[in-house]
Amino acid sequence: MKRFTHALIEKNLILLGVLTLLTVAIGGLVQIVPLFLVETTIERVQGIRPYTPLELMGRNIYVREGCYLCHSQMVRPFRDEAERYGHYSLAAESMYDHPFQWGSKRTGPDLARVGGRYSDDWHAAHLRSPRDLVPASVMPPYAFLDRPLDAEAIRAHLRAQRGVGVPYSDEMVAEAANDLATQATPEADASGFSRRYPNARQAAFDADPKVVTEMDALVAYLQMLGTLVRFSDVTPDQLRQP
Amino acid sequence: MAKQTETDAATGVATTGHEWDGIRELDNPMPSWWLYTFYATIAFALVWVMFYPALPFVRGLLGNTARGDLAAVMATEQAKAAPMLARLRAATPEAIAAEPELRTFALAGGRIAFANSCAGCHGAGGQGAPGGFPSLADDDWIYGGSLEEIRTTIRHGVRNGEAAEARGTAMPAFLQAGLTMPQIGDLAEHVLLLSDAGPANPAGAALFADNCAACHGERGEGNRQVGAPRLNDRIWLYGGDKASVTRSIAYSRAGVMPAWEGRLDAATINMLTVYVHALGGGEQ
Repeated sequence: MKRFTHALIEKNLILLGVLTLLTVAIGGLVQIVPLFLVETTIERVQGIRPYTPLELMGRNIYVREGCYLCHSQMVRPFRDEAERYGHYSLAAESMYDHPFQWGSKRTGPDLARVGGRYSDDWHAAHLRSPRDLVPASVMPPYAFLDRPLDAEAIRAHLRAQRGVGVPYSDEMVAEAANDLATQATPEADASGFSRRYPNARQAAFDADPKVVTEMDALVAYLQMLGTLVRFSDVTPDQLRQP
Repeated sequence: MAKQTETDAATGVATTGHEWDGIRELDNPMPSWWLYTFYATIAFALVWVMFYPALPFVRGLLGNTARGDLAAVMATEQAKAAPMLARLRAATPEAIAAEPELRTFALAGGRIAFANSCAGCHGAGGQGAPGGFPSLADDDWIYGGSLEEIRTTIRHGVRNGEAAEARGTAMPAFLQAGLTMPQIGDLAEHVLLLSDAGPANPAGAALFADNCAACHGERGEGNRQVGAPRLNDRIWLYGGDKASVTRSIAYSRAGVMPAWEGRLDAATINMLTVYVHALGGGEQ
């Protein structure tokens, strides 16, 4: 009787094909099946909303400048990280991130909970010249972000996000340009804006309310990171991943 | 093309039948230790998958999760520090500073908390940074350098719009408040004169008396009640050249500090208070 050996599989084309298919199928299922269950990993916490148009543009700048190469946005459930950064990141907190910015390297600190830790002035000054504030920093200066923000295509940006599942309403898309300007102008009437984007902060992020700059957008984005969920109100049941 | 399998004359082992430039490969079986180790890892993986939460729908048999591990570790560590933290929470900063054991703990804990929460703006040693981030290591205080005043500033922050008791009032932007740019230039010269760093400017002196003295004092001695910084020393938040001072007067400055109450617990705020007070400029 012939033994079931490697040589036997190698020499039998049909057997090789069937076994290869089986192996690939198992590998594929292991990777694909969890994606059908991804909804079940999202915690049912309150407060998560889509990015405001200004924050979304800031996020695009964050992606464009490759911030994720040196900064993660993922507080892992370890004591050292919880003590330093705060509550571990939830799946729910990046449910509207396309693509997510979890990153995989920390040359600089994690930014998942940087929102509200520093003042707007600090962020603007630090982005312009990081070593003025943190002498040991190796971050490059981003002073060029003080140029006007090109937000011509803001509606298209929102529609693109909607295409991949972010629940931007028709009203949000229609008002996108107004909402963007409103958020960067402290005196502007924000009634509609605040209704569409609860807990979004309105400010002259780079201290100059006259022009909406890339700096405004990036600082607006950084200042909201990790602030949507109020962890003092979260119950253990809400954190459960069913 | 594969050749007929043949036996190697020197070892008596069958070859694979391939030949490369006259070199043939012996078809030895895998060493059994290697093979059984391999099988053992497969068996281990199957058991691991059952115990560790690796499969959809089912939790691991041990109910182990990374989040659960964290909760357990945090509970253990917090329990260790709890008695000391409870004392630090209950004591006033004055009592902490007076008691050697509490003070030692507070300085160590305060150093860590400062590095994490404060050093970004105030520098790793509290030296401050240009652009409105005050030094905490000198004796020039905007809101007061006693333990109680420092604690109040940490708790409520400055002009942050989130805490009702936040420090700081808004200085007018005098270019909008009716002064012209030449007047502001005069004023800037007088402000510099207060610390003997500028030429005498009588017009500026008059403008100062009318517009600035109410908060900053007649001789620029400052007023901690409203957070008006001293102007008669040579310590500057936004630069002490005429251009910087002119800009400060014309457009105003309004530094912001977050309110840490709610972000940090009372024990940490007390530790920070004692640590900042000990950086070099603490007042009685």
